[in-house]
Amino acid sequence: MQDFDIVIGLEVHAELKTNSKVFCSCKNQFGSTPNTNCCPVCVGLPGALPVLNKKAVQLVIKAGLTIDSEINDLAIFERKNYFYPDLAKAYQISQLVRPICIGGHIDLKDKRIRINRIHLEEDAGKLVHSTQAIGTLIDYNRGGVPLMELVTEPDISSADEAVEFLTKLRQRLIFADVANCKMEQGGMRCDVNISVKPKGSSVLGQRTEMKNLNSFKSVYRAINYEANRQIEVIRNGGKIVQETRKWDDNHEKSVSMRKKETSQDYRYFPDPDMLAVEISREDVENIRKTMPLMPEELKKKYIEEYKLTEYDADIITKDRDIIKYFEDTIKLYNNPKVVANWLLTDILSKIKDEENAEIKISPKDLAKILTLLEQSKISRTVAKDIFAKVWEENADVDSLAKEMGGSVDEESLKTIIANILATNPKAVEDYHTSDTPEKVFRWFVGQVMKETKGKANAPMAEKIIKELLK
Amino acid sequence: MKFEELSLIELVKLLQEQKVSSVEVTKYFIERIKEKQNLNAVLEVYDDAIEQAEKADEKIKNGFKGKLAGVPVIIKDNILFKGKKASCSSKFLENYVAQYNSTVVEKMLNEGAVIIGRANMDEFAMGSSTENSAFGPTLNALDPTRVPGGSSGGSACAVAAGLCPVSLGTDTGGSIRQPASYNGIVGIKPTYGRVSRYGVVAFASSIEQVGPLTKNVKDNAYMLGVLSGGSEHDETSLKIEVPDFLSQIKGDIKGIKVGVLKEVEEMVKGLDVEKTYHSVIDFLKANGAEIVYSSIPDFALTLPCYYIIAPAEATSNLGRFDGVKYSRRSPKATNVDEIYLKSRSEGFGKEVKRRIMLGNFVLSSGYFDAYYNKAKKLQQKLKIEAGKVFSKCDVIVLPTTTGVAFKLGAKSNDPIAMYKEDLFTILANILGAPALSLPCGKNEEGLPYGIQIIANSLNEGMAYNVADYIEKGYRG
Repeated sequence: MQDFDIVIGLEVHAELKTNSKVFCSCKNQFGSTPNTNCCPVCVGLPGALPVLNKKAVQLVIKAGLTIDSEINDLAIFERKNYFYPDLAKAYQISQLVRPICIGGHIDLKDKRIRINRIHLEEDAGKLVHSTQAIGTLIDYNRGGVPLMELVTEPDISSADEAVEFLTKLRQRLIFADVANCKMEQGGMRCDVNISVKPKGSSVLGQRTEMKNLNSFKSVYRAINYEANRQIEVIRNGGKIVQETRKWDDNHEKSVSMRKKETSQDYRYFPDPDMLAVEISREDVENIRKTMPLMPEELKKKYIEEYKLTEYDADIITKDRDIIKYFEDTIKLYNNPKVVANWLLTDILSKIKDEENAEIKISPKDLAKILTLLEQSKISRTVAKDIFAKVWEENADVDSLAKEMGGSVDEESLKTIIANILATNPKAVEDYHTSDTPEKVFRWFVGQVMKETKGKANAPMAEKIIKELLK
Repeated sequence: MKFEELSLIELVKLLQEQKVSSVEVTKYFIERIKEKQNLNAVLEVYDDAIEQAEKADEKIKNGFKGKLAGVPVIIKDNILFKGKKASCSSKFLENYVAQYNSTVVEKMLNEGAVIIGRANMDEFAMGSSTENSAFGPTLNALDPTRVPGGSSGGSACAVAAGLCPVSLGTDTGGSIRQPASYNGIVGIKPTYGRVSRYGVVAFASSIEQVGPLTKNVKDNAYMLGVLSGGSEHDETSLKIEVPDFLSQIKGDIKGIKVGVLKEVEEMVKGLDVEKTYHSVIDFLKANGAEIVYSSIPDFALTLPCYYIIAPAEATSNLGRFDGVKYSRRSPKATNVDEIYLKSRSEGFGKEVKRRIMLGNFVLSSGYFDAYYNKAKKLQQKLKIEAGKVFSKCDVIVLPTTTGVAFKLGAKSNDPIAMYKEDLFTILANILGAPALSLPCGKNEEGLPYGIQIIANSLNEGMAYNVADYIEKGYRG
């Protein structure tokens, strides 16, 4: 492998997060009963016409803005003609000549991957291979679901880079609320174009394409397998044939599907049923205003403005839900460092191993607990107890605080501490003679907390103990 | 009462005044359809036609004043009416039942129309004689040895033979105007987008329109008012206010600028229609219209331009008829590829196959720029050339066809001769402009000639005004 350069380009499809389909008002919903989200338009009945869902265009513009694309001021829809039973009209409405987004890039750790374009198109239905004798069935629910297709330049040179790229892209699409990218549901799919050439050579090798890889693991394995296969062929004096290959995840190998000579001529032409879409600079700017900060930008902000550690900022910005939780909480309790602390130690540690974990305490409740703590209305111990009760029993913070909180006043605390000292003369003596008086001191604090059921204000208790021990 | 002798507007009045009932009128026309079955104009009379009429009568009694209240209408077989067959006169869709209403059907029903049946046509609207119907040719209403024109031959024949007061056709390259001309009636292809195409089985989406066929100009203007108006289901339909076309008929053409094209003057030389064409121009001039000699230099290229754009769109539009979902599946197919191949081979007729192949050719890689793109550029050029003409003229007057209806079978084996039937009509489709055909004079056998009036886009009213004036005063 060392003697060869690998050249990879990706085509990434992602289903857009719209309520309805791209050319009709049917629901865009995964997992419905087959053929229930269908109408004359998306099953391609005679006479039906597409009407563009503007939301889908906005989402593609958003996707473009997350990767610094140019947004075309005029986008055109074309028909891609081919026969397949899942394609109801025998053409897919897509974009060839004037896509919505042109160019852009995503920066990896030490490399920039250029993006060629993003366009909008419709998804096809799904073939369901029945186990019964009736054969293959078609579910058109997915037909007409809006898809964005992003095409990279061939700037990727390893399976690691491909996965890093996809991870970053996926994160951005999820952040910008463009797509869910649920790969297991086919919400994000990837085609890999790959070729190899002798190290340093400027002449590109013949490429092959692998379609519809639906997990990062498949992408990773498929690239490594295919690169090695091509290198082997060349080393053995063979030639790479331009072809589409199918990645077989179970057997971890790619097999030839279709050679170039038999490849389809899609006979693209502008869809005469659709108007060209004008996109004004104003539209783009309005969409830009609604864009959330991307993970990298947020991380910077958290470190610089909120003074979080890089480690904390990194963990929080990994996940859109966590960011939202963090942001919602600091809106109600404006001390990001304290919130980050609780989030990492008390919340994320609880859920880190769970799948589909949910945070079982609302930002509002957490903010309330932190505020009570700051105002010394409850002690740290009580705060943790309340937190646990809210998490486990969905208890009410206010009534818990009333019941468990209300710190002991200074006079009562003095009496309690005096009592403790009086009943533990040995410990008092130890405190004065020991090499480690601090340890004894902490023991006294512990006793106070025990006696007060945690309601004592710790700093106050410490102050009184120190005074009385003098 | 002989209802076939009444105009649409007269019939509407009688129905609204309850001097006649819709049931009475509907039964009358259904009876006539049966009597004239030999014309093969109507493929099916819907079995609920009388029931529709009864409901219309009920509504009229309750004060309903719809523009078509109780009026029987026949639609071309490519227009969808929910629950009714729509076969496009193809074996492929012989038993296809529409799952929803087209916008035009919806609009007519809202005005109280009684849609009584569907008319024969050239398969998928491809043809100029209705001989390409899988269900046999329709005969000319005026001479049963001749073709009715096409593709809306059944719709035109039905009105001319008095089988209904009004019918709907579709016009992609002349398919309303040419049969109107051959049957001696009035037909219009409206401005592109004036009438929604939703629910009309597509042939060439970028140039086709639904339009009415009627016995006279005013009926036509009246009916177009019902059909017009944008649809939320059709991006290409115009969401603008619909004018009152009838009120745009002024009964006067003084000062109206009539464009006469140099290229047409050349082309009509020696044609059967030549004399009539000139006499209509003379008539207009004599009655105060100003004749403006103009030119559309690329006029002769409209035909090749059309026969690239239309098949290209058709090949894609007809892809959905694949035997997988609703069109007839070949019983001989044993796998998916055979479902496509055999169903389509058996389902489509010869002319449809010819155009599918033509369309695939002009769109295929390596030929796309030479054909499709060039045709689209030519279309832009023609629009500019016509724009110049319309900057000086209100209408362009030209023949609809080269002569009168030809004999059945005369052009069946010569596709190019058949394509040339559209010589004068295609321009309006390429431009998207409204164009109307009205009968003007007859030959010695009593067969009508058709004269065409093209107006600038959205100016149907102007075309109606000139046509109405000719209809009233011209005696060829």
